[in-house]
Amino acid sequence: MTTVETAPPRPAAGPIPRSRQKMGRYFAYGFLILSIIPILVGYAWLIIATVSARTQGLLPKNAEGGIGGFTLSNWDFVFESAIWNAMLNSLLIAVFMVIGVGLASTSGGYALSRMKFAGRKTFLTGTLVLHAFKAEMLLIAIFFVLRFLGDIPIIGGFIGFNTVGGVALVMVALELPLGIWLMKGFFDNLSWDMERAALIDGASRFRVWWQIMVPQVRPGIAALSLFTFIVGWNAYLVPFTFTIGTKVANMPVFLNQLISDTAPVNWNLVAAVGLFQMIPLIIFFIFTQELLLNIYAGGSKGT
Amino acid sequence: MRVELDNLTKSWDEVIGADSITLDIADGELVAFLGPSGCGKTTTLLMVAGIYKPTAGTISFDGQVVNEVAPKDRGIGMVFQSYALYPHMTVFGNISYPLRLQKLNKGVIKERVQTVADMMGIGDLLERKIAQLSGGQQQRVALGRALVKEPQLLLFDEPLSNLDARLRLTMRGEIKRLQEDLGITSIYVTHDQVEAMTMADRIAVMSKGVLQAYDVPEALYDRPKTLFVAAFVGNPPMNFFDVEVMRVNGDLRAKSDAIDLVIPHDRGEKAAAVDGKVIMGVRPEDVDVVDDASPAAEGLTLAGEAVVVEPLGREDLVGISINGVDLRVLVDKTRGVRVGDTITLVFNTSRAQFFDPETEASLLWA
Repeated sequence: MTTVETAPPRPAAGPIPRSRQKMGRYFAYGFLILSIIPILVGYAWLIIATVSARTQGLLPKNAEGGIGGFTLSNWDFVFESAIWNAMLNSLLIAVFMVIGVGLASTSGGYALSRMKFAGRKTFLTGTLVLHAFKAEMLLIAIFFVLRFLGDIPIIGGFIGFNTVGGVALVMVALELPLGIWLMKGFFDNLSWDMERAALIDGASRFRVWWQIMVPQVRPGIAALSLFTFIVGWNAYLVPFTFTIGTKVANMPVFLNQLISDTAPVNWNLVAAVGLFQMIPLIIFFIFTQELLLNIYAGGSKGT
Repeated sequence: MRVELDNLTKSWDEVIGADSITLDIADGELVAFLGPSGCGKTTTLLMVAGIYKPTAGTISFDGQVVNEVAPKDRGIGMVFQSYALYPHMTVFGNISYPLRLQKLNKGVIKERVQTVADMMGIGDLLERKIAQLSGGQQQRVALGRALVKEPQLLLFDEPLSNLDARLRLTMRGEIKRLQEDLGITSIYVTHDQVEAMTMADRIAVMSKGVLQAYDVPEALYDRPKTLFVAAFVGNPPMNFFDVEVMRVNGDLRAKSDAIDLVIPHDRGEKAAAVDGKVIMGVRPEDVDVVDDASPAAEGLTLAGEAVVVEPLGREDLVGISINGVDLRVLVDKTRGVRVGDTITLVFNTSRAQFFDPETEASLLWA
């Protein structure tokens, strides 16, 4: 034998053997699966509970205590107008927020990113400080503001206390610091040259903003819209505090009213309403997943 | 269009971007603003464009002060270093944008865009998105967009800096040809002195916000008024030595510890009048490498040692040390100079420049 003996590959130096690579992957997946089990179990229970008369652990039980007793009676609420009213209110708040926060942040963020004016720095730091205040701290003050707004003739009926408009207005205000800073960040990343070119080409400042700059920050607007929609859709504290009764309740408040009634709580019904509330968001996520991944992966594509 | 800048100044609080720039540009002329980054050339250009408001001074187009005129009403086209194309529009959308803002008839727009695009050689790319184009093609689109509105004045802000060397050479010629054909007055900002020398009718050399010199390229090269201009214009750059010019037996001699050269009277009189040291400048091509010093070169010959040899292809750029004083000269490749060789140099001192070390002004042309 004249072949030269070579030492077996050592794990530290040479490429890692395939079997070890595989094992590492199994380990990683195993760890991930283990860590999300609590959430998965929660969702599983939620879905099972909505179609069961009652549950014991994850198992649906019928009257005799055996497995079974599937029912759609928990979903009967979809035939009642109250839930649709609550859903409409949720939708109104969310849509109003998306539009309000979107418009104010896109224009305000541009101005703060591009223009020089007195108080700009103070405004920027001020909004950050304001964002640190929790909504809970402002509830009483906001109550007085809404009462005041309600006394304004004509528009008072839309934006005062105990109106969907009033709730939406407060929610927009609370969300604006985040929105303005987010959009300012997106505008900061755009080159000045494009703007200058448009000005020289004959566009007015407003047209430059609308036709040239806004299209460049579309990923930012999409992300902001999505976050704002979710915040508006799931809004609980503000609507709960500033609305009375079922007429102006949104979905989370409606859900709470189911629990806090004096009758024993039907948890399976609560689960069904909760799942029902999630459906629009799930659909929304499925359609915007790719866009969201793009945004998370590094902002706008191209320049 | 005739352009006049009169004491044009731009400052932000403490920082001065451009300091009292005064110059005039004749109709149809291409003027280059040349200087290192941060010298104020782009600031000046943006004031001409109307993007920056001057702190002081005036800008006039054909005798009319335009300080308060909005950029869109100045009749200018501008090409940016970053191209500044609108990425969400097609090539057609980009080039037609200025015309669409003028609310021209659709047929007219289409025709004019096609004409300009054909002229730029991108006539078949009109439906493409900007991201699908190469850098050179994007530059052509930017040029087309600037030209389509038939501007009176074209502004270029380092338009070729982002292109690779070869393309830069091609585009350089193309821009110059276009500008001459169309006869549009142009300002061309660049930090590349070769670009400025080859393209411009006149060059405005700037440094630290101050206009250092404004003249035709040959004059800047042969008769630099300041040390900065002498150092910045020319490639490879001029060599500088600290010397004292003194009279010895009726001759003028530039002397230091390492150097002793005879200077013609028409070059050295003013330098000799200076008490103490002056700065002597010699361009790399004004030093010859010879085998043996001829008697005719008496007083013009020095010996040094080759320290660095950079082959440029046609010739070698050789770094030489004369008793610790460094200079760079261009040497014929066939001479085969190697590091460590002892070299005999003959200086053409009839082309030497002299500068006052205090004011940095020329002792010949200022």
